[in-house]
Amino acid sequence: MTRRREQLLVRGTAAEADLMITGAHLIDPRAGIDGVFDVIVSDGQLAEIGEPGTLTAGPDAEKIDGSGFHLFPAFVDPHIHLRTPGHEHKEDIETGTRSAAAGGFCAVLAMPNTDPVVDSASVMRSLREAARREARVPVGFLAAITVGLDGQELTAMSELRAAGAAGFTDDGMPVESAGMLRKALQYQQMSGGVLALHEEDPSLSAGGSMNEGAVNAVLGIGGIPSTSESTMVARDAALAGYEGGTVHMQHLSCAESVEAIREAKRLGYNVTTEVSPHHLCFTEEAVRTLDTRMKMNPPLRTEADRQALIAGLIDGTIDCIATDHAPHSAHEKEVPFEQAPMGTTGLESSFAACYTELVRSGLMSIEMLIEKMTCGGAIFGLQIPQMTIGESANLVLVDLEQEWRVGEDGYESRSENCAFGGRMLHGRVLLTVADGAVAYRQRSFALSAAPDVDEAAQ
Amino acid sequence: MKHLLSIEDVSREDVERICARAAAFSENQQREIKKVPALRGRTVLNLFYEASTRTRSSFELAAKRLSADVVNFSASGSSTEKGESLKDTVQTLSAHRPDAIVVRCPWAGAPALVAEWTDAAIINAGDGKHEHPTQALLDIYTLTRRLGSLDGVKIWVVGDVLHSRVARSNILGFQKMGAQVTVAGPPTLLPRDIEAMGVEVRYSLDDLHEADVVYALRMQNERMQQAYLPSMREYASLFQIDERRLGARSLLMHPGPVNRGVELSDGVVDCPQSLILEQVAAGVVVRMAVLFELLAASRAFDPVPEHQSA
Repeated sequence: MTRRREQLLVRGTAAEADLMITGAHLIDPRAGIDGVFDVIVSDGQLAEIGEPGTLTAGPDAEKIDGSGFHLFPAFVDPHIHLRTPGHEHKEDIETGTRSAAAGGFCAVLAMPNTDPVVDSASVMRSLREAARREARVPVGFLAAITVGLDGQELTAMSELRAAGAAGFTDDGMPVESAGMLRKALQYQQMSGGVLALHEEDPSLSAGGSMNEGAVNAVLGIGGIPSTSESTMVARDAALAGYEGGTVHMQHLSCAESVEAIREAKRLGYNVTTEVSPHHLCFTEEAVRTLDTRMKMNPPLRTEADRQALIAGLIDGTIDCIATDHAPHSAHEKEVPFEQAPMGTTGLESSFAACYTELVRSGLMSIEMLIEKMTCGGAIFGLQIPQMTIGESANLVLVDLEQEWRVGEDGYESRSENCAFGGRMLHGRVLLTVADGAVAYRQRSFALSAAPDVDEAAQ
Repeated sequence: MKHLLSIEDVSREDVERICARAAAFSENQQREIKKVPALRGRTVLNLFYEASTRTRSSFELAAKRLSADVVNFSASGSSTEKGESLKDTVQTLSAHRPDAIVVRCPWAGAPALVAEWTDAAIINAGDGKHEHPTQALLDIYTLTRRLGSLDGVKIWVVGDVLHSRVARSNILGFQKMGAQVTVAGPPTLLPRDIEAMGVEVRYSLDDLHEADVVYALRMQNERMQQAYLPSMREYASLFQIDERRLGARSLLMHPGPVNRGVELSDGVVDCPQSLILEQVAAGVVVRMAVLFELLAASRAFDPVPEHQSA
């Protein structure tokens, strides 16, 4: 088992999968696979890929009829909140990784804005220890850049790295002081670990709950101007360029930020970035009804911003899609908009939302979407899931034609604050194999395949 | 109409009907006995999370003149200070079966949420910096009494539009009735993209004489500390409505309470063009009309009479 595991990721023990998936349409753009094949997973490894009907599965293999469905390398999310330790009423390692599995993810990276903050090696070690018991899919943890996320002192980045930190971030808060970020960039030369940055200038965003623009003018709700993000993106790209550091800008939301990243990349700086499904699919118009599920940071912006994000994703300025899965319990979100905490869940709806909005609409190919949903971990040094014979299996089986209402069967996450809740989307995850183990089966799909399950059990 | 949450929920016909009914109630208010039995046996709950003297007392008076029972609930001294959520408070108070709840609170959209948690009719009496629809209705009532119609009337809203729920409701309400609205004030106190509301934007009062109606907003001292303004003196010198700036045929309005010497000069407050006292008087009759609209008019054909369902 440990042989397959990446050092940065940990997971609970799980039975190694023995599967034969027949007749599914395989697409793995990196492996150059596109066509209908049979697939055998044996002892958790991707054992064989062959023309339909040409493979023979072992006697213990569970047979899954994949005809009419698609099989992709499973997704990786470099930005989620597991809320553990301290906020287990919103999410914990078990529910959060179960939610990830239900979204087709085989690896996730969790943010350190917990209570206590993951700013010491002891917290990091105990979290990873808990994940070895509870995590349904492999999970890695980022540590804080500054102690307590308060922007005053650097964390022991080298020690945290040795304890397993996948990178560093004060996510939820910006590193407000340019001087402090510069020190972290200098220290990074020794400790390693990408700095993931939540870009926001509090002097511009203070008091804001939504985008500053035509909608907040009518609603009378404090605005967060796009410049509160884009000025910090530009500043921090310049700092990273000057220090030769490596930074990842989290959850871009506006056109000016995309432009700033484009310029930074043109100059050859080591800058990567991500965009969330909700920023790709919604605008500030969705906030008009003051639905607190539509309150997140950064806020939903204008249609021009949304188009710039899509264009940036397609032209490669934006490297990957990350959900920023941010669970909050019902009583915390069932309050007036301005009082509600920021954040939407997203793991379970991410693929369907992006597939519906970007691929079915003809804006991008399914191959590109798979690339954008699998490459996010590579920024932090994780291996990109790929259909390679002999490697641990990371696969997701999806029904692209199935239309479903988000939340209709509840959520695997402990929280239900999903911006896509109630919307009809195309593309349903049916089965997820993460690091060689079956991590998720969609309920009605599992029932329809039940006889095979019984056979396998005998 | 089930609720009055936003002036946007109300059609021009609704506004005209409410104004006509307010006018009828206003005749009653001239009599020695001002009370009418229209809402006898109904209960109106005032749920106030913010300090308010005028709005609250005019709602209370309006309900009592319609013979409704009134219960006042204010956030201070209540279980809210013990950490009870808005939802729990509303559901607790709803157990007493109020027919209407008048909500004033510092959070935009809260009255709409309250409406989801109770069967009572909800009246928004001001939610954060969002809306104050009964203020817009009483201002429209006051103006139509004077001008007959607002079609084509030029109205300037002057001052701190950014922080004003009155401004937002009134802009939408005045436009609904056919008026052309201009907003004027320092750029720091006008929302970015306010043009999206279909208003003209001015940073000076040079053309104020064009206005048929000047609607001055209250300027609050705390705006100075937050650097929206350099000083009250500078604001007054640029944006105070005084005898010199106010056109000879312009009407003057203000939602109160007035800071004399800041947004309005002492002289204009009491000048014949000022409708400020008429606005206050309109507050009670318009709120009577709103309560009547929600509790009596739209439920006139309720198949199950109150005493049977109880």
